[in-house]
Amino acid sequence: MTDPISLSVVDAAAALRRGELSQDELFTAYRDRAAADDTNSFTWLADDATTALGAREGLPGTDTPLAGVPLAVKDLFCITGVPTASASNLLRGYLPPYTATAIDRLQEAGATVLGKTNQDEFAMGSSNENSAFGPVLNPWDRTRVPGGSSGGSAAAVAAGLAPAAIGTDTGGSVRQPAALCGVVGLKPTYGSVSRYGMIAFASSLDQAGPITRNVADAALLFRQMTGPADRNDATSIGWAGDGGSGSASAIDLPTAVRLDGVRIGVPTDLLGEGIEPGVRASFDAALKLAESLGAEIVEVTLPHARHALSAYYLLAPAEASSNLARFDGVRYGNRADIGDGGLVELYTKTRHDGFGPEVKRRIMLGTYALSSGFYDAYYRRAQQVRTKIVEDFRAVHQDVHLIATPTSPTVAWGLGERTDDPIAMYQADVTTLPQSLAGVPAISIPCGLSDGLPVGLQLSGPAFAEQSLLDAAHALEGALGFDGTAAFDPARGAGAATPGSATTGGASR
Amino acid sequence: MTAFEPVIGLEIHVQLATRTKMFCGCELVFGDPPNTHTCPVCLGMPGTLPVVNAEAIRLGLMIGEAFGGELAERLVFHRKSYFYPDLPKGYQISQFDEPLVSGGRLGDVGLERVHVEEDAAKLTHAGASGRIGGSTSSVVDYNRGGTPLAEIVTLPEIRSAEQASSWLRLLRETLRQLGVSDVNMEEGSLRCDANISIRPVGDTTLGTKTELKNMNSFRFIEQGINAEVARQIRVVESGERVQQETLHFDPRTGSITSLRSKEGSHDYRYFPEPDLPPVQVPAELLESARASIPELPLQRAERFRTELGLHEESARLLAFRRALGDYFEATVAAGGPEADRQQIANWIGNDLVRRLDAGEDTDPDPAESKVEPASLAELVALVGAKTINRKAGEKVLDVLVAEGGTPGPIVEREGLAAIGGGDELRPVVQAALDANPDAVEKLKTGNMKPIGAIVGHVMRETKGRADGGEVTRLTREILGL
Repeated sequence: MTDPISLSVVDAAAALRRGELSQDELFTAYRDRAAADDTNSFTWLADDATTALGAREGLPGTDTPLAGVPLAVKDLFCITGVPTASASNLLRGYLPPYTATAIDRLQEAGATVLGKTNQDEFAMGSSNENSAFGPVLNPWDRTRVPGGSSGGSAAAVAAGLAPAAIGTDTGGSVRQPAALCGVVGLKPTYGSVSRYGMIAFASSLDQAGPITRNVADAALLFRQMTGPADRNDATSIGWAGDGGSGSASAIDLPTAVRLDGVRIGVPTDLLGEGIEPGVRASFDAALKLAESLGAEIVEVTLPHARHALSAYYLLAPAEASSNLARFDGVRYGNRADIGDGGLVELYTKTRHDGFGPEVKRRIMLGTYALSSGFYDAYYRRAQQVRTKIVEDFRAVHQDVHLIATPTSPTVAWGLGERTDDPIAMYQADVTTLPQSLAGVPAISIPCGLSDGLPVGLQLSGPAFAEQSLLDAAHALEGALGFDGTAAFDPARGAGAATPGSATTGGASR
Repeated sequence: MTAFEPVIGLEIHVQLATRTKMFCGCELVFGDPPNTHTCPVCLGMPGTLPVVNAEAIRLGLMIGEAFGGELAERLVFHRKSYFYPDLPKGYQISQFDEPLVSGGRLGDVGLERVHVEEDAAKLTHAGASGRIGGSTSSVVDYNRGGTPLAEIVTLPEIRSAEQASSWLRLLRETLRQLGVSDVNMEEGSLRCDANISIRPVGDTTLGTKTELKNMNSFRFIEQGINAEVARQIRVVESGERVQQETLHFDPRTGSITSLRSKEGSHDYRYFPEPDLPPVQVPAELLESARASIPELPLQRAERFRTELGLHEESARLLAFRRALGDYFEATVAAGGPEADRQQIANWIGNDLVRRLDAGEDTDPDPAESKVEPASLAELVALVGAKTINRKAGEKVLDVLVAEGGTPGPIVEREGLAAIGGGDELRPVVQAALDANPDAVEKLKTGNMKPIGAIVGHVMRETKGRADGGEVTRLTREILGL
C-alpha cells in the first residue's frame, strides 16, 4: 500500500472515498509527523480529527469533496475552542467563540483540522521570525527562514507535515513563503474568500489562500473556500466566475498541459536590480519552457509598480494600527498586571508586554500616517498610488492574459540575516506587493532551484481569472517537473534533495 | 459695557428604533441585564467584521427627507479612533466627509448634516461622583454598544437657551412622529450636546466655542447653556479668552467642569472604513424612506390652524403631541360639521389632559382612556347649546373619565341639566335678589361687583345647574339696568 503521506489532497480524498484509506489512518500519519516536527511549524496540534470540529457532530462523510483530509491552518484563523493567537503573546491562550467562514466552508466540504501553524505575529513579516512562538525553520535548510508571514503553513507542507495548509496573503504572505519553501501558494482575488474570522492585519488587502504541493490541490481547496458572498463580510463578493464574466461556475480542477494562445506579460519594471542571478536564471528558464508549451511571452510595463512598496508600507500599517486597537486587555487576551494602576497603565502595559517589536513598529508607522496633518501626505497619497497601480494592471491585461515575475527576488535567506534591517526585509515583498494592491489573483509555483534552494514563479491575472491562472500554472508545473516532496525527509539535508532536472526545466516528463 | 449674544449649535445623538444593532444581529432591548445582548461582532472579538443594518440607513434617510436635506448617493463609513473601554474595537464606525444627509431645516434652525454611526457601550463608574475621575472601578455594559445612532448637527443659528430647548422639543416630537426613535432622554435614546460661543451683539464672526456634553433633560439644557454663556461672559469681561474645551454641566450644583483638557485634544485619525467599501444607496431604500414620511408636527399645526380654524397655541399643542392630535381629529369627525373645533381643542388640551396626566415627560393618550371621542364631541355640543353649563360639563367629564359612557344619561342621572332661561330661572333670581338687599342697592348704582353674590346664591339653590350669564341677564332685566 502507498504511504499516505505521499498522497496529494486530490489523491488522498479519492483514496478515502474509495475506502482504501481511513480518515483516522491519514490523520494519525500526519499527526505523528507533525508531533515530531523540528521546524517549529505548528503552534497547536489537534489530538485527533474530532478535536477541532467546532459545532459539528462527528467526522465528515467520505462522500464530501475533501472526504476527511486534514489541513494545517494558519494561527490567525479563528476556530471555535481552538487556541488562536495570531502568533502574539497578547492573544496566547485565546479561544475564539466562533469559526472563520473560510475554515467553516472547508470543514463543511469534509476537511478536518490537523493543527494551527506558526506565522509572523499578526501576519506582519516576511521571514516568520516575528512570532511569539519563535521562528520557523525552512525544511530545505534549517538555518534559513521559510519566508512569511505564512511561514509555518508553507514549511509544514514542504516538510510533509500536512497535506496542505491554509494561509493568508496581505502583501505576499502566501506566495513568498510558498516560493521559499518550494510549494504552491495561491492568493485569490480580493473578496473571493470571506475574511470573517481571520484576525485582521490590513483589511483592504488580507485574503486567505491555500498552500499546497501542487496546483490541482490549490484549485480544489480554493473551490471549497470560496462560494456565495458571505453575509458576515461586506467585502466578500463571492465567486463571480472566470474573468468576471458573470458565470458563477465553480472552479474546475486544472488539466491543461499546453499554453497555446496564452499571452504572458513580463513587467520589466519589476525585474531590475535586487533580483538574484540564480533566481533570474530559473525564472528565465521557466519562461522558455512556457514558450515551448505554446505561450507567447511579451514585455509589458507597470509604470507605478515600483511605488508599490512605499504605498503598501503606509496603507497596511495604517489599517493595522486601527485593526490592532482592539487588543487592549479589557475583554479578551492577556491583560498586564498593573497593581493599583489605572486605565492608561492597563492599556500601556498590556500592549507593551503583548506586542512584539515589528508589530509596534507598524502600529507607530500607521498611526503616524493617519495623524491629523499627515493624512494627505501619506495615507491619501498612498491610496492614489494604489489607484494608479490598479489602472496599470487593467491596462496591461488589455494586452496579455497573465503576468509573470519571480515570486521573491531571492531564495530563502539565513535566520537573523535581515532582522536588524526592516527595509531589507520589506524589499522581500517587492514583486508580490503590486498584485496585492491591485487586488488581483496570483499564484506562486516552484520553478527550480538556485544553490539548492527553491525559486518561485509568480503568475497573476485579472480579477476573478483564477481558472485561467490555475490552468496555466498546471501546464507549466507539469513541464517543470518539480518534486514537491523533496524536502520531506530531513535526513536528506539542505540541498541534498536537489531535483537537478528542475533547475533547467524537465520538459520531457 | 458690551452686550454679548450667545451663538449656539446643537449636536443631537438619536438612537434609531431598529430591531437589531448597527453592524450585527444583536437585538436592542433597553433595561435587560448587562451584556446579555452581545455577540463576537459588537464585542469587537478578533476576526469579526461589520455588516450595515439597512433599516438604520432607511431611518437615517427618513430624517434627512423629513428635514429637506440632501441625501447622499453613496454610503461611506469612516473609522474614528480613540481608546476607551466603551469602544470595543478601539474605533467607532461613523461617517466623516460624506454624511448620509447634508443640509436641511426644521422650523427656525438650519441643519448642517445628519450622519449615522454606532453607539458606544454604557460605562458605570463606581464611586461617589458617578464619573470616572475619583471612581474606584468601572463596569461596562455592551448591550448598548453598537446601537444605531443618527447624529444631527445644527448650524450655529440658535441665540438663546430657551430657543435651544424649545427647538429641541420640536425636534424630539418630529422624530417621534417620524417613528425613527423612542427619543427618550432619560433612557438616553436622545442625547444633546451644545456648542456654545458668545460674541458682541452686532458682530458676525464666531467666537471660540466650548462643547457642553450630554444634558439629559430640557431643563438641564436650558440651565447648562445659561450657565455656560454666563461663564463665558465673565471670562471675556475679566479680559481673558475662552478656551476651546469639552465641558460637563452638573445640574445639582450648577457648576461647569472641564472634561478634557486641551493637551489631550483628540486626533481621531479618521480614515475610510476598509471593512465597509462604499456602496450606492439602494434605490428601494430611498423610495421606502420617502414613502414612510407621515405628516409632521409643523405641517399638522399649520393644517389645524388654516383648515380647522384653531388658534396658533391650540394647533401647536395638538400637533406636537400626536396622541392628542389624533384624538382631536377623531373627536372632530364624531362631532360632525357643526362641531365647535376650537372648543373641542380646549376641552382636550385643558380639561381632558389634566384629568389624564400621568406625570412629567409622560404624555397621556386620551385614546387609551374611557372617554370615547363621540362622547366628548357630545359633551362639547351640550355645553355649546347651553343644555348644561361648563361646570356641569366638567362634572360630566369627571364621570366619563372614571366610568366611560355617554353624556346624556350622566346629565340625567346626576341632575346636571341646566335650568332653562327665563321662566324657570326667573323666580330663583328674584329670590336671590330679595335675600340680598345690600347687593341690590349697589347694583342699582351701577356697581356690578355684587353680581357674584347673586350668581353664587342662584348656583347654591340650583346645585350649580344655572348658567351664570343667564343669571346676570335676568338680574339686569329685573332691576331694569
